[in-house]
Amino acid sequence: MTGIRLAGGGPVIPNFGHGNACLVDNHWFCTSWARNHWGDILQPALVQHIELTLVAVGIGFGISFVLALCGFRYRLVDAPLASCTDFLYMIPSIAAFELLVPVTGLTVTTIEIPLVAYTLFILYRNIVVGLNGVSTEVLESARGMGLTRLQIFLRVELPLAAPAILAGLRIATVSTISIATVGAFLIHDGLGAPIFDALDQPDIFRTELLAAGGLTILLALTADALLALVQRAVTPWSRLR
Amino acid sequence: MTVASTFVDAFRFMGDNRSLLLHTAAGLSELAFAALGIALVVALPLALWLGHKHRGLFLALGVSTLGRALPSIALIGLFIAWLGVGFWNVAVVLVVLAVPPILANGYFAVEGVDRDVVEAARGMGLTEAQILLRVELPLGLPLILAGVRIAAIFVIATATIAAVAGLGGGLGDIIVNQASYGEAGVLAGALWVAAIALLTGLVVGLAQRAASRRMAPRA
Repeated sequence: MTGIRLAGGGPVIPNFGHGNACLVDNHWFCTSWARNHWGDILQPALVQHIELTLVAVGIGFGISFVLALCGFRYRLVDAPLASCTDFLYMIPSIAAFELLVPVTGLTVTTIEIPLVAYTLFILYRNIVVGLNGVSTEVLESARGMGLTRLQIFLRVELPLAAPAILAGLRIATVSTISIATVGAFLIHDGLGAPIFDALDQPDIFRTELLAAGGLTILLALTADALLALVQRAVTPWSRLR
Repeated sequence: MTVASTFVDAFRFMGDNRSLLLHTAAGLSELAFAALGIALVVALPLALWLGHKHRGLFLALGVSTLGRALPSIALIGLFIAWLGVGFWNVAVVLVVLAVPPILANGYFAVEGVDRDVVEAARGMGLTEAQILLRVELPLGLPLILAGVRIAAIFVIATATIAAVAGLGGGLGDIIVNQASYGEAGVLAGALWVAAIALLTGLVVGLAQRAASRRMAPRA
């Protein structure tokens, strides 16, 4: 371990010396540890991680939606907006977190800003593609039925764009859950916290690493599955084919 | 200390420590591009073949979701706990992270080529290998390169984080070591990493644009 951590909670020292052979030998997974520390380490970290993700994806979706509406209505700004989101996506997460520390300090905001920025790349593009994907024939017939511009948007374009938008939301959510772990390098928060605690142990505390890493993957896959169900629910027509 | 002066200090650090930054930037690039190269060699032929055969949709989708879900830092820790700290041990992790976007994009790039075009090529007597290399590959190149770009950005970001788990020799060393290099050093390192990632993304992005312009139907 060469690095020195800027901030973080107290290291979680496993119960060495109490004769638990599994922990003393640092086996790959000690079920007893996971069971004993579910309540004080794993579950709180999981809850924090869900909060981090919900805030990032929620704000990211709001910003992307407004930007995508601009890009959709005014074609001229579409390419510049897409390039901006693309530029933000290229900044490596750990660099982005560090660059924000002088501005926003060691707060959760420092983690949330890059997480929000990364979702824009996926969400902006998917929303614009979804809205642009509505065929002109459909729009013509909607106009022929006497729908106003707002009605066309809310009742025709938005529902038809929903699959693409939700596909973007799935990708953005899964990526955010995974990238959010890196933030714990600076701010002891979320499932990244136990991961970095495990790495801080002299010989890498394997049980904690696997438990927290495994929970992160499980959370990501669960979120993906839930959003897939929403995707099915809002596109009843796709099941008819 | 104001925000502006913090960044001024970072640029002063860059001026004073140019050889250190160049050296560690080279270390980071070496690791990242070795991993990216291996990932390309492993994943691209498989992706092209599966796409050409229109087979393995669930593999492509599953691998890309799982690839996004993997927490890079935990994966690095896992490999180091298992194999010990080392250049190639971390390179393996980076390959694991770079394969999903290359595989998924390569698959969808070839799979999505207009079937009529492929039929026409077949009718002209092209062999399957010729169809793949001369028709499907050029037409799918923009999307393939988009995958390569995402993989490159992933790998550079993760190669930086590897320093947290103890791998030395790269720019990450400076970023994770505020005690030795101070806030100015950390910021300078972060700016350099961002510059490397942006430059790489830009180069692949330009190649991507050139490829899609070449393949755009002309009036």
